[in-house]
Amino acid sequence: MTGQTVAGAGQTAAGAGRTAAGEVGRARLRKEDARLLTGQTNWTDNIAVTGLLHLAFLRSPMAHARITRVDVSAALERPGVVAAFTGRDLADGLGSLPCAWPVTEDMVLPAHPPLALEEVRHAGDPVAVVVARDRYAAADALEAVEVDYEPLPPVLDLEEALAEDAPLVHSDKGTNRAYDWPLRAGEDFAAVRERADVVLSRRYRQQRLIPNAMEPRAVVVTPLAATGEYTVYSATQIPHILRIMLSVVTGVPEHKLRVVAPDVGGGFGSKLQVYGEEAVALAVARRLGRPVKWTESRSEGYLATHHGRGMIQDVEIAATREGRLLGLRVRLLADMGAYLMLVTPGIPILGAFMYPAIYKMDSYAFDCTGVFTTRTPTDAYRGAGRPEATYAIERIMDELAAATGLDPVEVRRRNWIRHEEFPYTSIAGLTYDSGDYEAATAKALALFGYDGLRAEQRERRERGDTVRLGIGVSTYTEMCGLAPSRVLRDLRYSAGGWEAASIRVLPTGKVEVVTGTSPHGQGHVTCWSQIAADVLGVPFEDVEVVHGDTLVAPQGMDTYGSRSLVVGGSAVHRAAEKVVARARRVAAHLLEASEDDLEFSGGVFAVKGSPEARRTIQEVAFATFTSHDVPEGMEPTLNAGHVLDPENFSYPHGTHLCAVEVDTETGRTRIRSYVCVDDVGRVINPMIVEGQVHGGLAQGIAQALYEEAVYDTEGNLLSGTMADYLVPSAADLPEFVTARTETPAPSNPLGAKGVGEAGTIASTPAVVNAVVDALRPLGVHDVPMPCTPERVWEAVRAARETRTDGEEAPA
Amino acid sequence: MTHISVTVDGTAYEDEVEPRLLLVHYLRDRLGLTGTPVGCDTSSCGACTVELDGTSVKSCNVLAVQADGGAVTTVQGLARDGAWTPLQRAFHERHALQCGYCTPGMLMAARDLLRENPRPDAAEVRRALEGNLCRCTGYQNIVAAVLDAAEAERAAGAPAAAPAREVPA
Repeated sequence: MTGQTVAGAGQTAAGAGRTAAGEVGRARLRKEDARLLTGQTNWTDNIAVTGLLHLAFLRSPMAHARITRVDVSAALERPGVVAAFTGRDLADGLGSLPCAWPVTEDMVLPAHPPLALEEVRHAGDPVAVVVARDRYAAADALEAVEVDYEPLPPVLDLEEALAEDAPLVHSDKGTNRAYDWPLRAGEDFAAVRERADVVLSRRYRQQRLIPNAMEPRAVVVTPLAATGEYTVYSATQIPHILRIMLSVVTGVPEHKLRVVAPDVGGGFGSKLQVYGEEAVALAVARRLGRPVKWTESRSEGYLATHHGRGMIQDVEIAATREGRLLGLRVRLLADMGAYLMLVTPGIPILGAFMYPAIYKMDSYAFDCTGVFTTRTPTDAYRGAGRPEATYAIERIMDELAAATGLDPVEVRRRNWIRHEEFPYTSIAGLTYDSGDYEAATAKALALFGYDGLRAEQRERRERGDTVRLGIGVSTYTEMCGLAPSRVLRDLRYSAGGWEAASIRVLPTGKVEVVTGTSPHGQGHVTCWSQIAADVLGVPFEDVEVVHGDTLVAPQGMDTYGSRSLVVGGSAVHRAAEKVVARARRVAAHLLEASEDDLEFSGGVFAVKGSPEARRTIQEVAFATFTSHDVPEGMEPTLNAGHVLDPENFSYPHGTHLCAVEVDTETGRTRIRSYVCVDDVGRVINPMIVEGQVHGGLAQGIAQALYEEAVYDTEGNLLSGTMADYLVPSAADLPEFVTARTETPAPSNPLGAKGVGEAGTIASTPAVVNAVVDALRPLGVHDVPMPCTPERVWEAVRAARETRTDGEEAPA
Repeated sequence: MTHISVTVDGTAYEDEVEPRLLLVHYLRDRLGLTGTPVGCDTSSCGACTVELDGTSVKSCNVLAVQADGGAVTTVQGLARDGAWTPLQRAFHERHALQCGYCTPGMLMAARDLLRENPRPDAAEVRRALEGNLCRCTGYQNIVAAVLDAAEAERAAGAPAAAPAREVPA
């Protein structure tokens, strides 16, 4: 039972010995689908092992408290319970959870015990773990764990947290300030402010978001006591990084740890993490010598899986009356939450480079302060720093348009980098390698019918329609392909940004590609097959892709930040070229020709001028396997590997346009149309690219209109279940019109730029710009996210009450 | 413990279960039918949707004892003799899945829709799938796949989903 019987777009019949050409760029149907469509999946929670025990975590019901007593003895009496541990019980051999990104030399790095010791610091911080024979017994026994808490004041407001007398999240650190990180470029901001005609200051809030991968987190650990070896199955984006970090945290030697990421049901950054539950599961498996499993419930995940965003952005721009940007100043307060997790401090720093976006300016000043609060830690969420930056600059560009009387598209046009100026080094110091903002924008405007919609908008305003039409634009770029290792060094990130691939050519001519990337829905198996098939000249069907297991793919830096294709796919390309080079040597020997006299095309080596003298790469593979007649001194293998360190980031870009209808009487916003033109460089599989864009748009629109992690004044998470946190459904989202321009990235052999985050980055400001555009004539210049009916209605009401000239109304 | 008789994907089972055991855990943990995943604990996401006696239900919201005497169809029971249903084919051809975690539930909910309404328009598909969340696809390709499947079934002169199997008396 397979999908092979299905005739799909661009698909051709498979056949033995058929050679491939032009796989790259085809809408190949996914190899991944057959298992997923028939329920033959290997999610971590599906893993069943004889003797498996189940873990359940008791979590703090309070945002902040001192633990005065934890007693698990009554839990041990419960039926089915095998063991129960407090933080102290496991403290021997279970260190602090890691933070791999100390963004400054003097960053405050608090201890982060996987099970709390003296204090709990956010609702959901785990204090004890129960081990039982089934998941129901484990959950039941949690009720019997006794904990005495002495409440401590919650720390929730980012500005109050920095006050002299603020209660402290980590009292031993003496401050809630994790770090201050500045960037200065170009002229002094105060000087350009002096000579500016227009100066605008705005405050934007990035609400906390809950990533909501559909598969909850899960971990299974199987120990082999005799040798001290452990296999850790985890719903993770980062099996390789997890292996290193679990070794550091638990002291299990790295070479005794095998980490497997089986089928993983989405991540969006939330599985780019080293979680306490993973470390505890390993520690418990070691202690008991038994296999253990933990699967989070969704509600538990909302408290314990890291959140995204969570920032206050104070943005100031200086510009001429013609709308030319002179300078940009950004002051950022970034909510770290209670602890610094794997890359928590670095997320706003990634954003620091993106505030200037696609615009030219003379001055840029950026300051970020990381702030501890008694809330769930934040970390990477789709786009990770870049959506936040793009939101702020794209919102305030609209304010500049309003202040100068220019059309929002025109104000962007007056400031952006022109296509003939590439490569262009932005004021933040990034070298944008290629792009054509004019072309993407022109295409988007045409598809959208911009002028017609503007005319309709004017007409409806004039006749006093209570349902206002709003039009929002967002032109963006992002930095993908994370990242050149030397850049990561300069940013003080504790690892490199290379990616590994190796290719095994089997005796029958079939091919196994081993990649260090670790997909969770992105279609790597299909795309990597296309890349390898093209370079090797073998059929797409003859390629298998192996990933996500440190035993069989020992080297890798995993999947996040739209790096997989740009870095990992490029590594596959280079490894395949090395295979061809080896095969060429064998083929030349077999054909008694010089290597230079061989042409390689469609999987066939042929002697120039004598096309009958030929060997297919499959024949060469078999000849190499037998090794009866290979060149003197040559190792009998065509296998090759490549570790690729990117020379530069890649810079996708594009233009997104959104039309909304906003009912000024009910506050309801309806997206009427959404058009985007993205330039993600050369496309390997257009079907997969389009799917990635759709998903990204959904998440970005969700931030604009629907989603927010809401806390009460005590630090309880009010939006603590999927029933309270609005993940949009099919009924909440519109049809998207997507299109592309294609300027290849010059910095990698594929010309690819990355697509996973583009939709999310660009859509949030496009939607909010549209909502504000609808209401601007009423005196509204901002609606805080998410733009719920209540917030929209309140913004309209507030503007009407304080209305003077319609220019500056309080948000 | 309570005795139940239930047919799942065509196979009959007799079991003793705790009255509180959820159907989804019965399928996954007792029968080893792990094709149906759990996505939430508030019956909000729809990942665990199966058919019970011909109607789609969220199996995290049904007790195993409630399935006593009934027939359950899961995603693992859809393909017959290696042939996918039109919905499965359409999901594949339309790239209506990425990570695939919501896919079993989407397929089962879409079957229910097409049985009720063999000629839905896009808005009707969106409304019908409101209880099934997806975080990867933005839904557009899912909607397209369901419309394609409806058309394929109509062209084949058959209902979009086979009628529910007879419920054992």
